[in-house]
Amino acid sequence: MEIFNNLLLGFSVAISLQNIFYAFIGVLLGTLIGVLPGIGPVATIAMLLPITFNLNPLSALIMLAGIYYGAQYGGSTTAILVNIPGESASVVTCLDGYQMARQGRAGVALATSALGSFFAGCVATLVIAVAAPPLAEVALKFGPSEYFSLMVFGLIAATVLAHGSLIKAIAMVVWGLLFGIIGTDVNSGVLRFTFDIPELSDGIGFVIVAMGMFGTAEIVANLEQGDKREVFAKKVTNLWLTKEDFKRAWPAVLRGTALGSCLGILPGGGALLSSFGAYTVEKKVSNHPEQFGKGAIEGVAGPESANNAGAQTSFIPMLTLGIPGNAVMALMIGALMIQGIAPGPQVMNEKPQLFWGLIASMWIGNLMLVVLNLPLIGMWVKLLQVPYRFLFPSILVFMAIGVYSLSNNPFDVLIMAIFGIVGYICAKLECEPAPMILGFILGPLMEENLRRAMLLSRGDPTVFFTKPISAAFMIASLILLVIVALPAIRKKRDEAFVEETK
Amino acid sequence: MKIKSPKDFWSGLMFIGFGLFASIWAVVHYQMGTAVRMGPAYFPTVLGGLLVFLGLIVLLGSFAIEGPKIPPLTFRPLVMITIGCLLYGYLMKPLGLFAATCSLVVVGALGGHEFSWKESAVLCLVLCVFSWAVFIKGLGLPFPLWPAYFS
Repeated sequence: MEIFNNLLLGFSVAISLQNIFYAFIGVLLGTLIGVLPGIGPVATIAMLLPITFNLNPLSALIMLAGIYYGAQYGGSTTAILVNIPGESASVVTCLDGYQMARQGRAGVALATSALGSFFAGCVATLVIAVAAPPLAEVALKFGPSEYFSLMVFGLIAATVLAHGSLIKAIAMVVWGLLFGIIGTDVNSGVLRFTFDIPELSDGIGFVIVAMGMFGTAEIVANLEQGDKREVFAKKVTNLWLTKEDFKRAWPAVLRGTALGSCLGILPGGGALLSSFGAYTVEKKVSNHPEQFGKGAIEGVAGPESANNAGAQTSFIPMLTLGIPGNAVMALMIGALMIQGIAPGPQVMNEKPQLFWGLIASMWIGNLMLVVLNLPLIGMWVKLLQVPYRFLFPSILVFMAIGVYSLSNNPFDVLIMAIFGIVGYICAKLECEPAPMILGFILGPLMEENLRRAMLLSRGDPTVFFTKPISAAFMIASLILLVIVALPAIRKKRDEAFVEETK
Repeated sequence: MKIKSPKDFWSGLMFIGFGLFASIWAVVHYQMGTAVRMGPAYFPTVLGGLLVFLGLIVLLGSFAIEGPKIPPLTFRPLVMITIGCLLYGYLMKPLGLFAATCSLVVVGALGGHEFSWKESAVLCLVLCVFSWAVFIKGLGLPFPLWPAYFS
């Protein structure tokens, strides 16, 4: 039982006092920012990245991971009690969760969501433990052409699964790739697009871009909308599910977990896509679809399990291939790089304690989250009553400190402000920032692998289609593009997103 | 020709503009190289061209497909938050952490809907103490606390 031994190794590392402490900090922060609307895991992790420099790699990853899946728990609290998604992946939980709260069943909705998430978290931890090693084995055989094709596939899949216009999403990826080129060219030492600014010779920090596009831009957008929060249930009582509730919820939890675990692995997947997918599935298989949107417990159980499962399994491509599937994973790669660890399939063999420790910590973190979110729910409800006009200046200060501390240089803050403006304009024009961030982090890697592949093949571009693994990725990307471009499927895809976000 | 989807029209223009700039700048300033040994200009030129191409599709589509209007731009939050961040960055070295934090909080709060000096003052105090306790004492970041000529 190799998996058993590996997990045992993981637990032996994760159970150390220091790592438990950082797991706790992570899930606590995650719940906090999940509960608070207007700040998501991307901005938070970006803010904390500079600080992780002082930690050891495992503690840093454990804390950052905790923020991501912790936010899935916290986000549902706000969705159920206030009808505002505290976190983007809990958009669909608003539909039925809030209705349940209005019927006086807020406690039941919260319990369903927390217990469903816990179950999903446990299963997803196992899925990672089982699926990651063989994937890493395969990935060790990848050469530059395979890596290039894999990245093409990853980026295309990320745009296909994102919502909004496909062409605009691809354009954003390309734009991000271009931003990633800024700085010194590794092969020739030439400074590209630096415009004689010395700070740009190392390229733009990924954290700074993420903070601008997701942090400041989001605050500005929130201020435009105004503060319309109203906490519906000031006091949550009766957390117990009835027998009938339980009978209806558990199949939904199973389906949500299965769907979320699968969708999380896909590039572009993760928590958001999984929750949307699960809601659609629940509505389709239900015997009483007319109850959805009016407080059906399945509408909370399915998506909430799915988003937690998806959040966790989206670590698989990051850990085994070194390829980020979504913006949070891109930040995790940034965290590894800060620690001087090159992400990729070798991490599992060279640093088994890091790898398995992180996985084991997820289970521990999930356990803490149930405690944090059920008995201590009153604390979060209080927090929800803090008005946004106190929150956003605080968030601004944390972001500014985080960016400034990267290199003690005001220039970084300037770049963040510029990307804040870019992010604001993009939001107005309905251009998604997430694909751009993925392009940004993959830009240098893609160029490097393209150059090497072409050098090895003596300039023959067909190499991407003659090597079997590479060809498979390329064909899969093409098929994805064709499928989405077909008018009928395109309409379906648009409908799916429109229907759910109403 | 009438623009049917202003959002697509402007994003198309944006993509074309950046794509053209990147390609032309790369071609003029860096070496192209060959497909076997790519020079520093190769990848950005190709990407720039691709961006122009995608931008053109979006732009042409905006004349054909109906789309929503661009929501009105409100400049106050954007301007205030941008200025606040810049003040923080550029005041840190000369004036220290406390002055920088207060200027960001006050200017940032001016970008919100309701503003009161009293609330901002309290928030300044809280955030200054918090920053000092967590970042300077706790994490040991080397920021100056007070203006340089004080100490």
